[in-house]
Amino acid sequence: MSTPQEHRLIFKHIDEPGYTNDIDCYLKHGGYEQLKKAVTMKPEDICADVLTSGVRGRGGAGFPAGMKWKFLDRKSGKPIYLVCNADESEPGTFKDRQIIHQDPHQLIEGMMCSAFAIQAKLAFIYIRGEFFQGYKILERAIEEAREKNLLGDNILGTSYSCDIIVHRGAGAYICGEETGLIESIEGNRANPRIKPPYFPAALGLYQCPTIVNNVETLCDVKHIIELGGQGFSEIGTPGNTGTRIWCVSGHVQKPGYYEFPCSAITLGELIYDICGGLKPGRKLKAVIPGGSSAKVLRADERFTGKLKDGTEFDWGIEDIPMDFDSLGLVGSMSGSGGVIVMDDSTDMVEALANINYFYAHESCGQCTPCREGVPWMRKVTQRMVDGEAREEDAQLLKDIADQIAGRTICAFGEAASWPVQSFIAKFNDEFVEKARTQAALRKEGKSTAEKTTLI
Amino acid sequence: MEIQSIVENITINIDGQDIDVPKGINIIEAVKIAGKGKEVPHYCYHPKLSIAGNCRMCMVEMGMPMRDRGTGEAVLDENGVQKIGWMPKPTIACATNASPGMHIRTNSEIVKESRNGVTEFLLINHPLDCPICDQAGECRLQEFSAEHGRGYSRFIEQKNVKPKRTKLGSRVTLDDERCILCSRCVRFSKEIAGEDVLGFVDRGTYSTLTCYPGKGLEHNYSLNTVDICPVGALTSTDFRFKMRVWFLKRTNSICTESSIGANTEIWSREGKIYRITPRRNDAVNDTWMTDSGRELFKASESDDRLTHYTIEGVHQTIAETAQAAADLLKTGGVALIGSASSSVEEQFFYRMMADRCGASVSLVNHIGSGDGILLSEERTPNLRGALLNGLITKLPEAELSLLAGEINSGAINTLVVVNEDVTKLGISSDLLSKVKLVYFGTHANAVSQVANIVCPSLMVYEKDGSFVNQSFRLQKFKAAVPGPRGIQSDITVLEEIVANLGDEKPSALTIDVAWQRIAEQIGAFAGLTWRGISDEGVALDPTPFIDLPFVETKNLKFDPVAFKEAQTATTQA
Repeated sequence: MSTPQEHRLIFKHIDEPGYTNDIDCYLKHGGYEQLKKAVTMKPEDICADVLTSGVRGRGGAGFPAGMKWKFLDRKSGKPIYLVCNADESEPGTFKDRQIIHQDPHQLIEGMMCSAFAIQAKLAFIYIRGEFFQGYKILERAIEEAREKNLLGDNILGTSYSCDIIVHRGAGAYICGEETGLIESIEGNRANPRIKPPYFPAALGLYQCPTIVNNVETLCDVKHIIELGGQGFSEIGTPGNTGTRIWCVSGHVQKPGYYEFPCSAITLGELIYDICGGLKPGRKLKAVIPGGSSAKVLRADERFTGKLKDGTEFDWGIEDIPMDFDSLGLVGSMSGSGGVIVMDDSTDMVEALANINYFYAHESCGQCTPCREGVPWMRKVTQRMVDGEAREEDAQLLKDIADQIAGRTICAFGEAASWPVQSFIAKFNDEFVEKARTQAALRKEGKSTAEKTTLI
Repeated sequence: MEIQSIVENITINIDGQDIDVPKGINIIEAVKIAGKGKEVPHYCYHPKLSIAGNCRMCMVEMGMPMRDRGTGEAVLDENGVQKIGWMPKPTIACATNASPGMHIRTNSEIVKESRNGVTEFLLINHPLDCPICDQAGECRLQEFSAEHGRGYSRFIEQKNVKPKRTKLGSRVTLDDERCILCSRCVRFSKEIAGEDVLGFVDRGTYSTLTCYPGKGLEHNYSLNTVDICPVGALTSTDFRFKMRVWFLKRTNSICTESSIGANTEIWSREGKIYRITPRRNDAVNDTWMTDSGRELFKASESDDRLTHYTIEGVHQTIAETAQAAADLLKTGGVALIGSASSSVEEQFFYRMMADRCGASVSLVNHIGSGDGILLSEERTPNLRGALLNGLITKLPEAELSLLAGEINSGAINTLVVVNEDVTKLGISSDLLSKVKLVYFGTHANAVSQVANIVCPSLMVYEKDGSFVNQSFRLQKFKAAVPGPRGIQSDITVLEEIVANLGDEKPSALTIDVAWQRIAEQIGAFAGLTWRGISDEGVALDPTPFIDLPFVETKNLKFDPVAFKEAQTATTQA
């Protein structure tokens, strides 16, 4: 079997020598043609195309974007807002940053097409605070586009007007949660809202109907207009359409971002063929396939079950097709596309301690289970790597995680408990072993903790 | 009179029992309706504040009757009963509104498990020192921990450390370690008090309640945040560590600060008042009251209380004092300066006294600035009572210069003053020396010092009685503590004087007897009995006085314009 070839749709010009992020270069490469086409179409036709295309949200949850648009409350008579979620903060994910830095006009074009389709009055880009360079690039790109009448008042001579405002975050993971993001734009603490009643499609930004989409999703809209809904849906497989950018990090020879149509490659091909395999002499131990909140997959697991069409599957970790549904079927998720590869040199307790540290730091503190539970899990794993592990800690961690998941205001509770639940479920022995080793060392009077540095 | 909008009732099923509840009511309130003693435990939810949904304690299982997605037809089980589609995750009861056919489980395994989980989480960083916590005994966390906690801790890590004694304002002290971040106080300040001063800083488990930079929790409603704090985080600087709450006796009372007539509870022990808190009455004050109203009780312990019945400065018995007063009044030329702070019962007797000795009656007004919430412009609690009693027929004057003229001309030679310092109201000390003086009052003032006869009165905390508030609602209060030793309630003394004036034998007067007479003689109170006045009060007919130019403007529960319109509408209909 030959090595699968990348199919770059969104990342077509990323890292292309000579390609710059200014508008002239973008126009030279056929930029804004889709926007020109879009404004001649009926907005509802674009929405229909997006629905037909089957494009699913690239931010993490994988909810069909066309469906999200359909939920918009258009009867209220209130203005509609479009928000681009560029708060890319899921550990292991680094795709939106490339689009913003290297091809900002693609995002702007995608946004303007989307804004026109939903007839938004105003559009926002919520960019994470750490992307300061990206913020400056976007600001400049928006100015360039405004000069060419591609956004602002009466774009391209039509009666449609829409501007884009770039709003910088201040360094909080929770701002990637859409209602938290909306609160943050409004100038409040980014405490996610309770749903019901605050579904953004009805009561979003300033209590108006609002659509929040990921950077990559909005770029996809541009390509949907180019290819047509039907054309776009032919990339990938039914239910898993379009391309996905896999951000591979961890113990592989060539970490980086790789764009493939959904299902076009398997996890094994991605790791061994595309990323050059593991470092010499190392063996694959585990993979987190969709950003740090996705459930971990163990290298020697067998995944069996039934596909949507009823056919049975029996996959090893290398056989898992990289798409939304398959990763869901094996009990994890494609999430934001951040594939974190761990080889046999990894101490799973330390890995989990690292993840817990992040989530404990990022919990917004609004609701009880997450605010209290996640830092507790952090304290437990911290203590374990500090040499005070107990055998019952594995069970305790699992209990805490079970008490968080499904009980919180937003999905952060799940994001923080899935890693713990899956690490304990799949590497329970290592957690127990850790305690036993430390107990043995303590008996011998030796230091129980190795020198470790968590982020 | 409240305008009750007609609410549609719907049927929902709570723990297998069908009950009728008003449409749209949330599940916490619906469960309260479902049965006595049934409760969904909660911290952040408060019936008078917006929904935050952050404590996650009120989790219930919710299901709706299943319908086929395509056809919309009901999905039935093998017995032909519509199946219930249970939500996979528990939902918060506070943000779930009842809709027809909804099924709720408040005690299933998953509900118990999530409550226990939340309880465990709340306790891991909470100081487990109830024995030295001021909130103990009235702490929701303590109560629910006993019910839903595990009795031992699995938490062996270090607890978070936070500030223990932050002064948020001059009346409120915060113990941050006890705070469970329910945000009730934040929402209260913003939504009810109208001063957005509180917020959280820092993130996650380090979140800390604080005031905005440069601001303090100084508004006149700050102590309500202490009342609604479900734990011992916000404490009253005045009350904290003074007394364990389970030793305190609670007595229903009415706030005398203004014509709002906020319903209150007096917390006392062994004749000493420790604090006053608001009592819920949705028609009057919801669950709030002013800080200034809570401090009024301190006057009851002040050194300048009048403590003896005196004639010409000599201590006398009640009978002697009453006899002397009656003799004086019989001489004629009497003017009564009454008070809108007297209770309905007292005003009844003052009016009778004035009738019997042919006295002219005047009242002086007490007007301040209102805050549009629970402090009205009219600073007496019972002006409406004086009108209904017939003590006065028009609104009180600002001062007494008319009366001063009459004294000067010699038309008035005996003055009965009730709780007013008339030297500040246009009757100079010189002028006072021209008349004989009878003084009824709680505290010493320029008048009591020169009065020929002094009858000490009891304060509102020390007697039974009733007031009529701004919306003509008759509300009763009860004695919480005894007054100064030997002091009888005003009506007992007044009965002796009035009987003497009418050549009757004074009867042993109880409040029930007083009300029999009031109901017989005053049309506005016809048919009422003392015991018949419920804790929520009785709305009286304001029609005869509706056109008087009362000073109250719109406040939390009372809009004079709407009130008048509603009255006119009822009268016409």
